[in-house]
Amino acid sequence: MDRFIEDKTTKVKVDYEGAEHKVDFNDLKTGGFIKQRQKDLFTVRLRCPGGRMPTDKLVEVSKLAHKYSKKGVVHFSFRQSLEILYVDYREFTPLVKELEAIGMKVASCGPRVRVPTACGGCEYNPNGLTDTQGLARMVDEKFFGTPTHHKFKISFSGCPIDCARTRGMDLGFQGLVEPEWEEPTCTGCTICSEACKEDAIESDPDTGKPIFSPDKCIYCGDCIRACPTGAWRAKRYGHTIRVGGKHGRHPIDAEEVATFVPDEKIPDVIEKTVEWYMAKGIRGERIGTTLARVGVEDLKKALEPVIGEIAAPEKERT
Amino acid sequence: MSEAKTEAAKAASPDISPDISIDLRGTLCPMNFVKTKLELEAMETGQVLEVVLDSGEPIQNVPKSIKEEGHKIVDVKREDDHFRIKVKKC
Repeated sequence: MDRFIEDKTTKVKVDYEGAEHKVDFNDLKTGGFIKQRQKDLFTVRLRCPGGRMPTDKLVEVSKLAHKYSKKGVVHFSFRQSLEILYVDYREFTPLVKELEAIGMKVASCGPRVRVPTACGGCEYNPNGLTDTQGLARMVDEKFFGTPTHHKFKISFSGCPIDCARTRGMDLGFQGLVEPEWEEPTCTGCTICSEACKEDAIESDPDTGKPIFSPDKCIYCGDCIRACPTGAWRAKRYGHTIRVGGKHGRHPIDAEEVATFVPDEKIPDVIEKTVEWYMAKGIRGERIGTTLARVGVEDLKKALEPVIGEIAAPEKERT
Repeated sequence: MSEAKTEAAKAASPDISPDISIDLRGTLCPMNFVKTKLELEAMETGQVLEVVLDSGEPIQNVPKSIKEEGHKIVDVKREDDHFRIKVKKC
């Protein structure tokens, strides 16, 4: 493999529906067509919010990938979408038509809200606390393609394990649950203190009942799931909101701007955060850089009317 | 919870004699749960299975999974570095 061969062509003439057009390869990227090193060949990135696809669609996409990829290969992108590799630009039109016919959309690159990523969430993952897949669908429907100053990546993790890497996103939502304990149903079996991986629960040496340290709790819900009698229960579910993370050459860790934000507030939080970014950021700047320049308090203030008063988790057990 | 037991605990878990007992000490996750599940499947509703599990991962995971399958954990006893749990098939 010659690693240094690259076709530098950026504009070509192409016949499209009987008329001749000039296609600028750099413009194509906005529609999810990414130029490859090889002459005339592109990667076509599909739109798979939350990395999920019905099997009938997957079968049809496979057929199209097999038909249009000159090498007969696909690649799973780092943001969970399927990419058809080695597609000749002259075949874009029929490929897009065939993709549309099976209800498959092409993703996008460039300065806009990207396809959201998500873990399995509470629908089928035992650790999941929030409906990450449903939220990813909502973002795809409501916000995908919204123009921003630079790429804008959103992800959803269903629990504090944070598989969807919310700390490395422009806007990340991580699910959590606040536990509460009721003495009458507790048998002092000590399973909760075994189940807690954070040492937030100690068992009383005499009674076996839990001694809870909220400052160590990361709100994962392991105690609730492990408790045989339901003495540990979910007091409330919500999301920690992280803003301004990124990977790349100069990674930034996101800032936590709020916690225990309920599901129904998420669309407004996204809208308000993008609005703030468009007002305070500058073209070509990621929101993390805007935050560093303007200050996280400014964004928190902008989010206040949306989020309202959310009680801090209880810090002491009386 | 060594030998000490509260009145509440005593009331909630009288000494139930199990119909079947399996010792899964040394069996790793998720095989310990799979074996528990298979044993429960072969039993009648209402019967009690006793399972002996190591501390650490096994006791962190197996009771959760048993609960998620809809069975009831009716008794838990800690014994040194392992647990003896009783599960009622539902």
